Amino acid sequence: MIGFIVRRLMSSALVVVLTSMFVFALFFLGPSDPARPLCDLNGRCTPERLAVLTEAMGFDEPVTEQYAIWAKGLVSDRTVDMGAKYDCDAPCLGISYGSREEVSTELKDKYPATISLAIGGAILYLVIGVTLGTLAAKVRGTLADRGLVTVSLVISSIPYYVVALLAWIYLSLEWGIFPDTSYHALTDGIGPWAYGLLLPWLVLGLTNSTSYARFSRGQMVETLGEDYIRTATAKGLKNNRVIFKHGLRAAIVPVITIFGLDFAYLLVGTVFTEQIFDIDGIGRWGIRALRAPVDFPVVAATVLVGAIIIVIANLLVDILYSVIDPRVRLT
Amino acid sequence: MTSESFLGTSGSHPAPQQAGPGAVPTAEDPFLVVDHLSVRFPTHDGLVQAVSDLSYTVRRGQTLGIVGESGSGKSVSSMAVLSLHNPKSTRLEGSITVGGQEVVGADDATMRKLRGKEVAMIFQDPLTALHPFYTVGQQITEAYRIHADVSKSTAKKRAIEMLDRVGIPQARSRVDDYPHQFSGGMRQRAMIAMSLVNDPKLLIADEPTTALDVTVQAQILDLLQDLQREFNSAIIIITHDLGVIAEMADDVLVMYAGRAVETGPTKLLLTAPEMPYTWGLLSSVPDVAADTDARLIPIPGNPPSLLNPPSGCPFNPRCVYKPKVPGELCVTTLPELLPAKVGRDHRRRCHLPDPHETYRLEVLPEIAPELAGQELAGQELAGQEKVGP
Repeated sequence: MIGFIVRRLMSSALVVVLTSMFVFALFFLGPSDPARPLCDLNGRCTPERLAVLTEAMGFDEPVTEQYAIWAKGLVSDRTVDMGAKYDCDAPCLGISYGSREEVSTELKDKYPATISLAIGGAILYLVIGVTLGTLAAKVRGTLADRGLVTVSLVISSIPYYVVALLAWIYLSLEWGIFPDTSYHALTDGIGPWAYGLLLPWLVLGLTNSTSYARFSRGQMVETLGEDYIRTATAKGLKNNRVIFKHGLRAAIVPVITIFGLDFAYLLVGTVFTEQIFDIDGIGRWGIRALRAPVDFPVVAATVLVGAIIIVIANLLVDILYSVIDPRVRLT
Repeated sequence: MTSESFLGTSGSHPAPQQAGPGAVPTAEDPFLVVDHLSVRFPTHDGLVQAVSDLSYTVRRGQTLGIVGESGSGKSVSSMAVLSLHNPKSTRLEGSITVGGQEVVGADDATMRKLRGKEVAMIFQDPLTALHPFYTVGQQITEAYRIHADVSKSTAKKRAIEMLDRVGIPQARSRVDDYPHQFSGGMRQRAMIAMSLVNDPKLLIADEPTTALDVTVQAQILDLLQDLQREFNSAIIIITHDLGVIAEMADDVLVMYAGRAVETGPTKLLLTAPEMPYTWGLLSSVPDVAADTDARLIPIPGNPPSLLNPPSGCPFNPRCVYKPKVPGELCVTTLPELLPAKVGRDHRRRCHLPDPHETYRLEVLPEIAPELAGQELAGQELAGQEKVGP
């Protein structure tokens, strides 16, 4: 187990390093001039200013050297020269071209919103989805079951941003049921925090729960056909206990696997939700950084953090898998 | 079977090798009475007639073997005893009583009291029949605590005791193992331990040794017999293996296309069978002691569709003795389950004028030439019987 985790952490580190290198390569070896975005941000970009910035930022150095400087900044302080000089404390992810703030500071500011949004939404869709799916499997073939599957398919086939936008327009703007949808830090109190996030949570949770309901239903129907379910019934157990103890225990395993990865993607940025409900998280931050002129340090930071979260989530899912399925040995 | 034939059964096989209390002929009523049972499954293609008009009884201490091909209704009929079929997609008719309690149409609460307590089941493949995510101990403990109001630690002690009883070494530590950590034979022992934890009066073993290798099979069968002697339980053993039947069963019920086609005491049925399907089963069993050149004679054709069962005798499309029956009787009329020539509670469905003679003169020389010409053991037995009560 320990050996497995150590080996996996090492290969995960490799994945993260390669990903960040790839982003560097895209930016610096691509057809555009890397100094151009920074130059465009402040007034008219004259060839002279472009040359000065290229010189100051070291864009004329080989890309490997620039990557080395960036990577070294993760562990030690450095000074970034963007025409003016900026101090950047370790872990230094660079200085944002747009805001001239340290990227790591902005990341710390914006991450809590995304995490809050992701955790609440994910818990909602996991609980609602699995419960509905299990109940549908229990009454499979009935009108209620078919109704649930149909409704779930209809909701899943509408693009998420349309649902979110409609929810915001009607529930928040028109009818004022959720008048204030925005992020308040948890330090402002749990009430305002939860109240501001309630509508985004519900939208995220309910729309995603439909696919979880269908997936759990499928897993559950398959599990209920297993021999050990018949054994459980033959012991004299009540039907609900057969379903929720013996059935769900087995059916939940693949659901959890999918959930772990889904949740990781949410943490990397709930782009539409943040954009529509005006939540200042890293999804919106990352998208804004990608718009021309590109804010490269922010893009590199979001990719780095995203890669780390995804590989850790994969590792956690594997460990969790071995915990819930005793037949799985991590070697 | 009627109560008349049940009385006959108890008299006909003193079962000398079984010294247990079950072998003592008493006037005990049968524990399980299946009476004119029919099981139907409505499907998209029509009504599947899985079991038709099946009747049999089993007493405490007695072992009934049910033999037949897949789809003959042997498992379906015994699952019905615990109503393990989905009630929405199954139609049951007739009557099944377990210790006097009617099962057909009984509500779930009534059934839950019977399941695992009065009647327990052992399934074919213990790897799939045991839950992969719970330890063997947890599963036995759960089975015990459903019916006995005891603490977890008491139940665990009981689980260890049961594992020990069925011959699991180091039961105290193995109780916390998962099923996949057990070998095939040990898993089946664990399954048996779980079934017996509440001292059930009837044990239904559905192909209990089919998934195991031969040496382990014998151990499991011995274990079942020991436990039966100890607890005086009734056993129904469902199998397609006549070897298992010969070793375990006091009585045999041969099923074909959802019907009983031959029934009677094991020794009689294996030595003087009177139904061509039983002959087919016997002739397709390899005999280790016999000449290796001896041919196995398979039964031609396939089991009939239960959606459109053949008219008349269900076996007629595969029966090579059909030409010996005058007229079109085999195709037009279902033969009654009539008393056979040999043995009092030996019954069979066949239109042949004298199936006993056909077996003796035509079938036996084919399948066991060394026995042909000798008097049939069944006849001796039948002779003894006539001296009886």
